[in-house]
Amino acid sequence: MIRFILTRVGLVLPTFIGITLLAFAMIRLIPGDPVELLVGERGMTAERHAQLRAGLGLDKPLLVQYASYIGGVLHGDLGKSIVTKRPVSEEFFTLFPATVELSLCALLFAVLLGLPAGIIAAVRRGSTFDHTVMGVALTGYSMPIFWWGLLLIILFSGILGWTPVSGRISLLFYFDAVTGFMLIDSLLSGQEGAFVSTLSHLVLPTIVLGTIPLAVIARQTRSAMLEVLNEDYVRTARAKGLAPLRVIGLHALRNALIPVVTVIGLQVGVLFSGAVLTETIFAWPGIGKWLIDSISRRDYPSVQGGILLIATTVILVNLAVDLVYGLINPRIRHNR
Amino acid sequence: MSASIETPTAQVQAQVHEPPHPLREFWSYFSQNQGAVAGLLVFAVICLVAISADFTHPHPPNEQFREHFLQPPMWQEGGSAEFPLGTDAVGRDMLSRIMHGARYSLVIGLIVISLSLTAGITLGLVAAFHRGVIEIVVMRTMDILLSLPSLLLAVVIVAILGPDLFNAMLAISVVYIPHLVRLTRAAALTERSKDYVTASRVAGAGTLRLAVVTVLPNCLAPLIVQATLSFSSAILDAAALGFLGMGAQPPTPEWGTMLAEAREFVLRAWWVVTFPGVAILVTVLALNLLGDGLRDALDPKLKRM
Repeated sequence: MIRFILTRVGLVLPTFIGITLLAFAMIRLIPGDPVELLVGERGMTAERHAQLRAGLGLDKPLLVQYASYIGGVLHGDLGKSIVTKRPVSEEFFTLFPATVELSLCALLFAVLLGLPAGIIAAVRRGSTFDHTVMGVALTGYSMPIFWWGLLLIILFSGILGWTPVSGRISLLFYFDAVTGFMLIDSLLSGQEGAFVSTLSHLVLPTIVLGTIPLAVIARQTRSAMLEVLNEDYVRTARAKGLAPLRVIGLHALRNALIPVVTVIGLQVGVLFSGAVLTETIFAWPGIGKWLIDSISRRDYPSVQGGILLIATTVILVNLAVDLVYGLINPRIRHNR
Repeated sequence: MSASIETPTAQVQAQVHEPPHPLREFWSYFSQNQGAVAGLLVFAVICLVAISADFTHPHPPNEQFREHFLQPPMWQEGGSAEFPLGTDAVGRDMLSRIMHGARYSLVIGLIVISLSLTAGITLGLVAAFHRGVIEIVVMRTMDILLSLPSLLLAVVIVAILGPDLFNAMLAISVVYIPHLVRLTRAAALTERSKDYVTASRVAGAGTLRLAVVTVLPNCLAPLIVQATLSFSSAILDAAALGFLGMGAQPPTPEWGTMLAEAREFVLRAWWVVTFPGVAILVTVLALNLLGDGLRDALDPKLKRM
């Protein structure tokens, strides 16, 4: 097991170094003067330019620049935003909980609906329910989610007037962020209606962001269940006279879940991609919207730091999924 | 049938043993899947619309009709048959723009697929045939690209290159390369260890010939499936980039860009928001159905499961 963990962690390190290289190179690949890009000043005098250039270390050889960049990264220094002049890591971690909260809700929504739908579709293979679920899943999988979000806004905010259009909570409420998770903070604040307001702001973005994972999970669950239901041990369990629910829930589902768990782990990247679009539509103050705003404001230090942090998060979550997977499935850790 | 076979029994035997033409076999598998056939038909219609848009469109896509701002579709009050799907905020005909948008989406899909297939197959074959340092470098680089969420990677590349349609296509192509490299390498490695490749090598074939002429044709099935599915993802991603303002720029009648322009009218004029999205959804859905059907037909092992 220790060997397995060490190999997996060992594989992550080169990937992480590659990501830092990418982030490091990015700011130098963008057309234009890196000094101007990093400081955000235009029309500098030659002396000021040279001074800033030396201050940023841009006059040193590339390798030295990279080493000092890595040194900074390892100390948590990702540079300062051109626009707000605040450290990039500080901005990132202020906004990160909003994205995590939205992503977790979306994942929960996808799993809670997708798993049962996939299981029932597999058990009733060929039924109307099966065809409906698979049709809906394929549609969901093909859905341009930015358009899906607009449609939901038209229906639920425009026509029915049930949900707000944007933001995380109504402007009527104000309280200090304790955890950064609005659902928890609104409860802690003790203000009447704050939690309900948070919830109503969360519903539409959750559905929009959860749609593609939902489709993927339902499809994967169905095919994994179909495979398992044909196995001999399931037939044995049925022949023993066990109740159908017990056979499906205990014998079949447990084994079918293994590939499903992997797919759920893989959704982290999908969620981040989706968060960029979902947060843009709903003006959700998370890192997806922040990144897009940073790009359009040409705030390159923020983009550079944001990319590094997001990629690191994805790598770490995938590593965690891999390790858990090895833990629950001995075949994996012995095969490697 | 050759002339030397003359006895009736031999003829019957020859008929029995003659395998069906690969294309015929493929079609018999493919046509069993109704969804796939429907996908193919819809896709064919979209192709026709795209090709003939210049002759069949009611109006030029960028012509503005100043008396008809935000006119609703023809079946709603205030609509007219002149603009069947209504007009947008600057009085352009929605139907014509969507017809021309089909052209953009198909071209985007084709270019992205060609670019990423070329790069992916080349790198995959190189990795499979030059094991060691080159393979490690290629595959690690692909791992790095895969560790970034796809849309994010595309957005960053566009940020570096500058926002326009061609750069968006380049960015999306880069995003799809890692999958194709992995697929090609895996398939090529399996084929490489087979006897016919060894035979070819013994017969004196060089590495290039082995890779391209001997091995590659036998790796095509999964690549074709992946290419079809990437085609649909490319259309989706290009629309998403257009929506974020990082793809095609206005007034290009690209579906994602049209949606971005329509955003502010979301609560006032449902048609400017709805129709471009329907176009994207229908196209992508048709391609995904087609891709599923291709996978089943090209990989009968999966189908029987």
